Amino acid sequence: MKRNTTVERKSERELVVMRLFNAPARIVFKAWTTPELLMRWWAPKSFGVTFVSCQADYRTGGTYRFEMGHPASEQPMAFFGKFLEVTPPSRLVWTNEEGGENGSVTTVTFEDRGDETLVVMSDLYPSKEALDAAIASGSTSGFDESFKQLDEFLATPDAGR
Amino acid sequence: MVQYSAALDTSFAALADATRRGVLEQLGRADASITDLAERFDMTLTGMKKHVGILEQAGLVTTEKIGRVRTCRLDARALEKEAAWIEKHRQLWAARFDDLDKLVEELKQKEKADGRRKRT
Repeated sequence: MKRNTTVERKSERELVVMRLFNAPARIVFKAWTTPELLMRWWAPKSFGVTFVSCQADYRTGGTYRFEMGHPASEQPMAFFGKFLEVTPPSRLVWTNEEGGENGSVTTVTFEDRGDETLVVMSDLYPSKEALDAAIASGSTSGFDESFKQLDEFLATPDAGR
Repeated sequence: MVQYSAALDTSFAALADATRRGVLEQLGRADASITDLAERFDMTLTGMKKHVGILEQAGLVTTEKIGRVRTCRLDARALEKEAAWIEKHRQLWAARFDDLDKLVEELKQKEKADGRRKRT
């Protein structure tokens, strides 16, 4: 049975995604912090995105760089930053430096709930304006969904109003 | 795309103010005149006109003047567009997490199998 994924704008600066997994935190954490495993789920096929490369040093102070390809973009898109905290199997904190000074800091917690794990992913932006802009540009999606959304928007009768 | 982003920026800026969010909530219940709104939010007519103007620019509210009364109502379509952005974000993470779910299940089964093998 598929579990629900919820997204909520918790505050002016914070966007929170939550989901429950039917496995201990140890296993979910491993799937998240092993590059070969991460590549199997981070770029969902239904979104037309594929990994070009995936490098990550899952240690406090370590860096990561994901490059992804999308048919709408000639250049691969790079996502990179630093792990501010890696505490197996309960907590991961990283920066999103491709966003420049408006980039968010992402905190993921893996909380054991009996046989299940609650994953809470929070993106904290430096300012309200930064989150507004990220939502407006679609960049919080982790890769550029805006092409598709722009197409859809342009197809609506009131486009360009 | 720039235009689209700018339009969304305007609406998020409009939504950032507590009074304006209150006005939207109020209009969600019933249409109201500027005078009604000013009274309800304990504000001058000029002050309320400004707030409504910002909401109108953001495409969140439409107003219509009949006689001497300007009636304000929600422009529901704009709110739907913003909700759509959050929904897209949710769909991406739901797709990622459904794949992660399958992987986690696989790892769990593998661990079980390995455990059995070790015991025997």
